Amino acid sequence: MASQAHVETLALREQFDTEAQQKDASTLGMWIFLITEIMFFGGMFLAYTVYRGAFPMVFAVASSSLALILGAVNTVVLLCSSFTMVLAVRAAQLGQQRAIILFLILTLLLGGVFLGVKAYEWKDKFEEHHIPGPTFHLEGVATDQQGHAQLFFSLYFAMTGLHALHMVIGVGILTFLIFQTRKGRYTADYMTPVDVAGLYWHFVDIIWIFLFPLLYLIDRHMK
Amino acid sequence: MSAHIDSVKTYALVFAGLIFLTVATTYVATVDLGPFSVVVALGIAVCKMLLVALFFMHIRHSTKLTKLVVLGGLLWLGILLTLTMSDILTRGALGVPGR
Repeated sequence: MASQAHVETLALREQFDTEAQQKDASTLGMWIFLITEIMFFGGMFLAYTVYRGAFPMVFAVASSSLALILGAVNTVVLLCSSFTMVLAVRAAQLGQQRAIILFLILTLLLGGVFLGVKAYEWKDKFEEHHIPGPTFHLEGVATDQQGHAQLFFSLYFAMTGLHALHMVIGVGILTFLIFQTRKGRYTADYMTPVDVAGLYWHFVDIIWIFLFPLLYLIDRHMK
Repeated sequence: MSAHIDSVKTYALVFAGLIFLTVATTYVATVDLGPFSVVVALGIAVCKMLLVALFFMHIRHSTKLTKLVVLGGLLWLGILLTLTMSDILTRGALGVPGR
């Protein structure tokens, strides 16, 4: 195979010996990118851990002020979107174009629902004066500890905001894939973009899997 | 194409497991387990991460190189968390001469 000059296709670029080799290279490259993302989010998780350890009681009160039901619903919505995404990847592996489009659109819609609920939560925070700044006030926290409560909400907005930004980028990627699939670009032989986009989407899901308990759940019983 | 294609049933079971764990972690949060609530919440989160990574992200069928790279990434995250926390948590452990 490798000895004879081959016709270049999407599934087998000239620099690769086999299609499997090209596929493995793409997967590995995506994972290396995701690891840089793990470290990126890791710094924030670390900051959260340090400050939660420093001000456990204030963080417990602030954490309990978040809407538990909305957070749980959003977790389920995001897990559903991961499920439809993996079905889209499976459809791509089987070369079922219509199914790819259907599942990508479902994933896109569920991603949109997640972002909508998130926006609604943020709007609530604005109205409750839980946005860090001059007018910040959290009920149930002493005046001299309002600053520590602001720390929690700074971390909350930074972490959920960065996560939401990744969701928005994911929505853009899904839209691109839907149009490309409509053009018939992906077949059972070549579906790498769908596959690596799936890895990205699941990664963003995993970040939320950790954000949900850390921000919404851990100190709820201490209130 | 050497890709291994999982059945819809496998994915559906994993999905059901993920939903179950989400309900479980939300419920457990309302129960007072003292310091163990952190352990339980993070334990469930790690289980969910493993389900998503192994099945949805196909780590089960990945090459050894990919698996090694993923483990390497988690190792570095572990170094980041462990070394920083070992500093933060032990700063008061030894007295500082002259203070």
